Amino acid sequence: MAFEFDTEGVKKTFTFLNRKAPYGTIYALEVLETVLITAAFEQHANIVFIDDGVYQIKKGQDTKAVNMKNFLPTYGIIEMEKDDADEDEDIDMVWRIIVEKESMEARGLTEDDFKVGVEVLSSAELAEVLDQSDVVIGG
Amino acid sequence: MKFALLVNEGPFTHQASDSAYLFAKAAIEKGHEVPRVFFYYDGVNNANKLSEPQADDRNLVKLWGALAKDHEVDLVVCVAAGMRRGIKDDILAEGFRISGLGQLIEAGLGTDRLVMFGD
Amino acid sequence: MLHTVNKSPFERNALESCLRLAKKGSAIILFEDGVYGAMAGTAKSDMVASRTGDYEFYVLGPDLAARGIAEDQIIGGVKVVDYGGFVDLAADKGTVQSWL
Repeated sequence: MAFEFDTEGVKKTFTFLNRKAPYGTIYALEVLETVLITAAFEQHANIVFIDDGVYQIKKGQDTKAVNMKNFLPTYGIIEMEKDDADEDEDIDMVWRIIVEKESMEARGLTEDDFKVGVEVLSSAELAEVLDQSDVVIGG
Repeated sequence: MKFALLVNEGPFTHQASDSAYLFAKAAIEKGHEVPRVFFYYDGVNNANKLSEPQADDRNLVKLWGALAKDHEVDLVVCVAAGMRRGIKDDILAEGFRISGLGQLIEAGLGTDRLVMFGD
Repeated sequence: MLHTVNKSPFERNALESCLRLAKKGSAIILFEDGVYGAMAGTAKSDMVASRTGDYEFYVLGPDLAARGIAEDQIIGGVKVVDYGGFVDLAADKGTVQSWL
């Protein structure tokens, strides 16, 4: 039985919370797949990196010798989706790529270490963003 | 109120699936609806009909199936996560169906709350 | 908002991150291994005990019982709820965010 949802005209803000380092576990990869699907629904999205999740977007990842798929390029696709949404006035969709300042600094990283352009927010600023979300996935 | 649940772990390593099941049951008992439970990551193992827990253990695969039957809960297994783990139609337990990740986003849009259970 | 924490504060930083990023006034429920964060008299008790003025704290009774923790071992101000109470919180407090 397939339940029919009435989602016509529904607009929500989805937050994708990335808190885990890449490769040691699969969590980072599968959250990414969910983010990409959300673009098709033209929903607002916050892609947030905190705690060890900030390591997911560190430049220079080379996974050849560990036999795992390098998913760093996928973040480039997310950045493209965000740029498309920003530029196309017909698309009512706001995407933000956010890194928590405290998590970044605690791990010895700066904005220059990241593969994609990010907004760096303080914990207090990020707390507001999270609080305004309708659906939170990942964590 | 309508609740959608996201289950990210299988029934034999983490408590997440049991917590999700008990949450769903409690929500229904309180008169809420749980129109969809989406199984992602190792959560797809909740749908494996070949699973045979020991006699003194609960059988979560069957419990989900019964919940689906009695309360019209749509149990959706993520196709990509399922394929990676060998969860395909021929071993899919009763009450489950396989579909895409879009069904998760749709559940987020079509219900009042999405509650995630995982590790 | 309702924040859920299911990890022991001795093992992971889920509770720590939740307490850094949950907006004041939010509700926080500790369940599964998260219930260890609600115990009084541990090296981690202050994490919750010092913030009872900022958040409403709840702990899932069935998970306490499963782990042999009596209700009188819980930090003052933390309310014990059952699965039905968990559902009520999810319904009443708005968006649910899981800290895993």
